Amino acid sequence: MDLFETFFNLEVLARSFPMLLKGLWLTLELGAASILAGLVLGLGLCMMRLYSVRPVQILTRIYIDVFRSIPLLVLLIIVYYALPFVGVRLSPFASAMTALTMVSGAYTAEIFRSGIEAIPKGQFEAAAALGLGHRQTMVDVILPQSIRMVIPPLTNNSINVVKDTALASVVAMPDLLKQATQAQALAANPSPLIGAAAIYLAFLLPLVLLVSRLERRLNRGKA
Amino acid sequence: MPGYISIRNLQKYYGHYHALRGIDLEIARGEVVCVVGPSGSGKSTLIRCINRLEDFSTESAIHVDGVPVLPGANLAKVRAEVGMVFQSFNLFPHLTVRQNIMLAPRRVRGTTKAAAAAQADQLLARVGLASQAEKYPSGLSGGQQQRVAIARALAMEPQVLLFDEPTSALDPEMVGEVLDVMRDLAQTGVTMVVVTHEMGFARQVADRVIFMDGGEVIESAPPDAFFSAPRETRTRNFLHAVLDH
Ligand SMILES: Nc1ncnc2c1ncn2[C@@H]1O[C@H](COP(=O)(O)OP(=O)(O)OP(=O)(O)O)[C@@H](O)[C@H]1O
Ligand SMILES: [Mg+2]
Repeated sequence: MDLFETFFNLEVLARSFPMLLKGLWLTLELGAASILAGLVLGLGLCMMRLYSVRPVQILTRIYIDVFRSIPLLVLLIIVYYALPFVGVRLSPFASAMTALTMVSGAYTAEIFRSGIEAIPKGQFEAAAALGLGHRQTMVDVILPQSIRMVIPPLTNNSINVVKDTALASVVAMPDLLKQATQAQALAANPSPLIGAAAIYLAFLLPLVLLVSRLERRLNRGKA
Repeated sequence: MPGYISIRNLQKYYGHYHALRGIDLEIARGEVVCVVGPSGSGKSTLIRCINRLEDFSTESAIHVDGVPVLPGANLAKVRAEVGMVFQSFNLFPHLTVRQNIMLAPRRVRGTTKAAAAAQADQLLARVGLASQAEKYPSGLSGGQQQRVAIARALAMEPQVLLFDEPTSALDPEMVGEVLDVMRDLAQTGVTMVVVTHEMGFARQVADRVIFMDGGEVIESAPPDAFFSAPRETRTRNFLHAVLDH
């Protein structure tokens, strides 16, 4: 049989399409939930890292460095297979979301920090001199300026989170990749895998291109 | 009698560097004080201590209208009464000119949006920028930006205005428009402390000129006496150098 029949078997693809769609939905749910939770966690970590008392700053820093270093797959397996030994039993979705959020939060915290530290000192001073409190300074003056700068790296991080959702298939979560491998087994044909790859690309490639465009625009603004 | 701004034994260290060496200064309500001196003499540090943008030693004390300038709840209160204008303007680039002016009244004083907007437009008219309210700071010249910064400080209706070399970052042709606004302000009875290299402005507008060198106040005198009959050799040398050039 020829290559096309093996990898791009339209009949197999059509049959597995509903399964892939179901997986895609779960992948997107997991990705979106983890990205949002990671943003909240990251902003909180960033504020603690920059503006809390010294011991908390140090702990936050340790958290951030540890969770940027640990391989996500290792963390996921710990959450899913090791935590039950201490009585914490999470569903595959919850395990995956926990692991993704903890890591995404660490990266997001660093992204926010770079965005805040890129704001000139004079902006903080002007806000302070006007009598704005710390919170008001952050909300009205600093963060709106930081957000513009951090959108490209945050989008990059989001792309990574969505890609990493594929790891959830190892804890038996029926995400896009898992559905594809199952469909492949059923049909004894790898076309569903190619289909899944195409779907990942269809979602993520435009985002990658968007980041490049945003970065170019931001750099132009600087010049 | 303690002044409206009262500075007692102000000591400031940057690490081991002794930037302010025991400054005592009383400034009366409504007084306009110009601070001059060579680069690195501590002029910026001095006025940045008044609203505590710089921390200072516990042995030092600054009071504004009787309120000690200490970290904590009182500090925001002091800062709301003390406006500051920076050399580099420090306008908020993501806000329009009007929004720049409205922000502090709305957030700190709880002024309504309509009242804050009306006040902003009034202030913009006062600094000669009535038609620029909708623009962003990046669309303005340096002189215009600095006038917006002055309007932004005025929006809090401060009792004290601090200026740190407000014209030093400007192209020469824009210095005049900013000094004109400051000259008008000096007539309004607001207390002003102005760090400046503009000797003409100091001579005309100041009630008192202070000369700093090496983190100390070397001389303090009314402008006539200061410029025509300085007592200290260091003041004379400084004036000689700046007025000759
Ligand atoms: N953040 C800082 N860290 C360390 N040293 C500082 C800092 N800020 C100022 N200094 C030092 O303190 C001294 C006084 O500085 P200051 O900025 O008050 O001088 P100035 O009189 O305003 O000078 P200029 O006319 O150049 O603005 C200088 O020697 C300066 O190098
Ligand atoms: Mg200075």
